[in-house]
Parts: sequence; structure tokens; C-alpha cells
Amino acid sequence: MTKAAPAQASAAIVGPGNIGTDLMYKLLRSDAIEPRWMVGVDPESPGLKRAAGEGLDASAEGVDWLLDREDRPDLVFEATSAAVHRANAPRYAELGIQTVDLTPAALGPAVVPAVNLGEHLETPNVSLITCGGQATIPIVHAVSRVVPVAYAEIVASVASPSAGPGTRANIDEFTHATSRGIETIGGAERGKAIIILNPAEPPMLMQDTVFCAIPADADRAAVADSVHRTVAEVAAYVPGYRLRAEPQFDDPTTVSGGLARVAVFLEVEGAGDFLPPYSGNLDIMTAAATRVGEGFARRNGG
Amino acid sequence: MPYSADLDVRVTDSSLRDGSHAKQHQFTAEHVRSVVAALDGAGVPVIEVAHGDGLGGSSFNYGFSHTPEQKLIRTAVETARHARIAFLMLPGLGVQDDIREAAGNGAAVCRIATHCTEADISVQHFGLARELGLETVGFLMMAHSSPPEALAEQARIMADAGCQCVYVVDSAGALVLEDTSERVAALVAELGTDAQVGFHGHENLGLGVANSVLAARAGATQIDGSTRRFGAGAGNTPVEAFAAVAERLGLRTGIDTAKIIDAAEDVVRPVMDRECQLDRLSLTMGYAGVYSSFLTHADRQARRYGVAGTDILVEAGRRRLVGGQEDQLIEIAVGLAAAAAGDGQRAQDR
Repeated sequence: MTKAAPAQASAAIVGPGNIGTDLMYKLLRSDAIEPRWMVGVDPESPGLKRAAGEGLDASAEGVDWLLDREDRPDLVFEATSAAVHRANAPRYAELGIQTVDLTPAALGPAVVPAVNLGEHLETPNVSLITCGGQATIPIVHAVSRVVPVAYAEIVASVASPSAGPGTRANIDEFTHATSRGIETIGGAERGKAIIILNPAEPPMLMQDTVFCAIPADADRAAVADSVHRTVAEVAAYVPGYRLRAEPQFDDPTTVSGGLARVAVFLEVEGAGDFLPPYSGNLDIMTAAATRVGEGFARRNGG
Repeated sequence: MPYSADLDVRVTDSSLRDGSHAKQHQFTAEHVRSVVAALDGAGVPVIEVAHGDGLGGSSFNYGFSHTPEQKLIRTAVETARHARIAFLMLPGLGVQDDIREAAGNGAAVCRIATHCTEADISVQHFGLARELGLETVGFLMMAHSSPPEALAEQARIMADAGCQCVYVVDSAGALVLEDTSERVAALVAELGTDAQVGFHGHENLGLGVANSVLAARAGATQIDGSTRRFGAGAGNTPVEAFAAVAERLGLRTGIDTAKIIDAAEDVVRPVMDRECQLDRLSLTMGYAGVYSSFLTHADRQARRYGVAGTDILVEAGRRRLVGGQEDQLIEIAVGLAAAAAGDGQRAQDR
């Protein structure tokens, strides 16, 4: 060995459910992060057992167990619920543990790795918005960096079995958080988000459509080129992220509200680390979390 | 059990909501004023007003509204003397603030629609609607795609959330006679006195009135229709025909048959761009079980990309698209056009 391996940031995953477990497998592959703790509240949790099987220190005694120890994590990934994260977040902050929030709590600034991770490498707590936001906001940004976007609208279609009880019980949370992200990070003046659950069997892959209003005289080739570059950037950390068709441009019509538009059709196939490949909506969250955590780790290590 | 002491079934006219699809969402306040006045005058007890895809539907994906729907709702409320004004909303598209605003504009009936396997996304919206004192109706859309027992389980979720009447919604116009009555009967058996049962039909197989009669016989006490069939696909159960048939069968609807026949011809027809017809595309929807609102979108994309509208609909059926996935029709058309170009190129190469 000619060079010492770079030090890895130690990480804890709080919330050993499907998302936490899928995230664990992604972190286990990371050069920059060492997942060492998995924290839950139910001793029977299969996620805790899986984590122990992978060599993590797993406990059902909640965050008290994690935060009372001497060797505390550099990073926490929270995959519980918005309410639980609201309770836990001040404790992580007090101890100076940088946190990646995969719940819809939206306490910290929203981060989409392909767009604004660089601005938030030192932010104590970042939010990953929603799955639909992670999939579509990069495209809105790809368009808005070329031409002004007065309005952007996204349609996220996800397979029914990949929409958990939390999402279902508060679907307005998805709509609001995603619309806001389209505006603040995507760069659209006004954003709208739509989510559709489709129960088809076998389950469909996550599909997202992004409509952006663009000036009638926009340089369409430049817009399409920007979209292609962004898709490649996202695919670098979400391998199953791809276009289903070339961007489609339409002149204004009555039903388009008199607006010219570009429509971008995306598909997200999950890596199948733990969750099935059709749940690209969940995979893109754990993949984005991993990317953000790696950004934090490299910043702190370097 | 009848709907009330005076009515065996209560009819909701949806021409100013489902008809929005056929009108490509270009309703004006004047359209609403004239139609509401005529229907109200004919004794229609409930009139639904909204974008075809419900509150918040004005969008690239579904088509932008000419006039904001909340303004149309207020116009309807101001015009109606007896009828209650209803609106539709789909969780995932509309939000709770839309319900608050519609209630503030005087709407009395909140109708909340989900795909027929996804009722649990409506729980918070039913809770809010009841809190606001609105009458509530639940829509289980694309009901043909679920067997009666599964549909009844979903109806139970809505009823427990505060829904007072759960509708079997034949969004694709694909239910054939007993398909309807079996589903209605399963909901009646499940809900008992906890909630009423309704039926919303489409004409894509020409069965709107017949299915509605069978629904009423199976215990449905609320029936939807659209005067002059003004709705998506081949349109909805024509209210004027249902009123006439109900009268012959001795079912009390409270609607004056002669007046609604005149309203259909003299008031509603002039608002329509064209008659809602049982043509090739709409019949294909009923036959293939495709969401009726896809009609105008498939037709538009067929012309835009030079492909057959029926091919788009058949592919939509094959992919088992649900209501709301209009965006996919564009991608299907792009794919069909690319495949056709590829075939042409191969033919040339030979």
C-alpha cells in the first residue's frame, strides 16, 4: 500500500425500516462513510437484525442509546418520521452531529445533490424534500439555468406498494414540499406537484414527468442539451435514473394556458439493494442521502 | 331504503365538472350561470362544478382552465335557488386548502376521488370536509378494475374517514349490467347504515342509464349523470333520460322530466362544443377499460404525433394507467411515432 486509505466518517442510521435498511446497504459500499450504528425502538425489528448481521452495532433503545455513548457518530441519517425527527433534531444539533433528514420534517434547508449540495456542505441539518422532488427538481433547474421558467409542474407516478402509510396519511405534505422545492431549488417562479399511485401488477417503475413553461423563442436545443447533462449528473448517483423519451417541445395552445412548454419524461429504477427495483421513488431518496453524506464526509475529512 | 322521505334516489348532475373534460376546461361564468339556472329550475337537487380533474386540476397535465374554478363555484352558488353545489377533488392533485376555499365560496357537497385501490390517501381530506360541515361523497374510480369485495373494503376506509356516501365510479364506462349491481350490492352490504352508496356511470358501452337503474335496484341511493351526456369519453348517464326512465319505473328523483328534456336541448347543448358521441375512441375506452378523461388528450396527442388515437388508448390500457396519468399518453404517442418511423426506415432500407 502506497497511500493510507482516507479516514471514513462514522454514521448512524436512525430508523431501521425499509428505507433505513436500503440506505445501510448503500452506505456499506461507500468509501467515504462507515455505517456503524442502526437505531430503532422495536427489538423485533427485522431491520435491526439485518444491521447486526452486517456487523453494525444495532440497538432498539432509541436515540438515547446512540447519543449517550462516548464514540458518537460524525453523521446521522434519520429515516423515522417527521414527528420523530422534530424531536430528535435538536439533540443532534446540540452535539454537533451533522444530519441528513430523509423524513418530510423539512427542518433544515432542502438539498438536491445535483443542484445545490455544494452550498450546504457545512449545514448542520439538511432535508431531502420528497422522492418526487429528488427526481424532478434537477430537471426544472436544468431548464431554468438556460431560460426563465415562470411555471413548472411535475407529475410523479409511483407503484402503490412503494407508497408507505406515512405518505398516504399525509399526501398534501408531498404536494406542498415538492412544489416549494420546484420554486426554491428548481428556480421556477411558481411550482406545482402532482402524485399518482398506480396499483398495476407487476408494479410499475417510478415515472416522473416535468413540464416547464418556457419562452416561445427559447433556444430549444440548448434546453434539451442542459436536460441531458443533468440526467447524466443525477445518474452518477442514481444509476437507474434515465430519460424515457427525448424532451418534447410544444408551442402555446389554449389548453396549455397560452404557454410554450418543454416536457421531460423520466423513469427511476431502483438499484435493488434492499427495496425492490420498482420502488425507484425510495431508491432515489437513499441514493441522494448517500451522496449528501459523502459530501459531508469528504468536506470534514479534507 | 329510499334516499329520503321525498326521493328514492338523489341525482347529482356533473355536466359542469365531468363536462369540463369535453369542453377542454374552457367553461366561463356565463356557461355556469345558464346551466345551473336551467338544472335548478328542473329540480336537479345537486350540481357539481369544478375542473374535470377536480380542484387544482388546472395544469399542463390536464389542461388549464379558462376561468378559475373557485370563481365558477361561487357563480353556481349565487345562481342556484334550491340545488346544492358540489365540487370534486383528487388527493395528490388538490389539497386541503382547495376544500377550505370551495367551502368558503358556498359549496355544500365535497366529493373526494381516489383510484379504487387507494382510498387511504383521502382520510385527511374527509376529516377536514366534515370539520367544515360539508356533506361528503367518496369516489372509487375505475371501479371495473377491482372485484366487488375489494371495492367494499376500500369503501369501508372512506366511510370510517367520514365519507357519507361512497360511489362506485365507472370511470372507463366498462361495467356491464351485473358488474354494476354486484359492486353496488357489495358496498351496501359492507356499509349498512354507516354510509350510502352511489353510482357514477359513463356511456362508453352505451349502458349509462341501464347500469344506473341496476345500481338503484341494488341499493344505490345516489346516482350521477350529466345532462346531454356532457362528460368525458362518450359522456355520462344522460340525466334527462334517467329522469324519464326513473319516472316510468316509479323511482322518485324530484326532477321534472319535461323541464330537464328542454334544458338538455335548449341550454346545455349550446354550451357544448360537440355532442358526446359513442364513437371509435370512446367505445375503445369502454371496451379496453381506459379512463374516460383520456379521450381528448389521446385525440390531441394522436394529431400532434401523427399516430392512431386508438393505439394510444390500447397501450394506456395495457400499461394499466389510472386516472391522472395523462402525461403518459404523450410519452406513449412519442414512442408510437418513433416505432412507426423505425418501421418506415427499415422498409426503405429493404
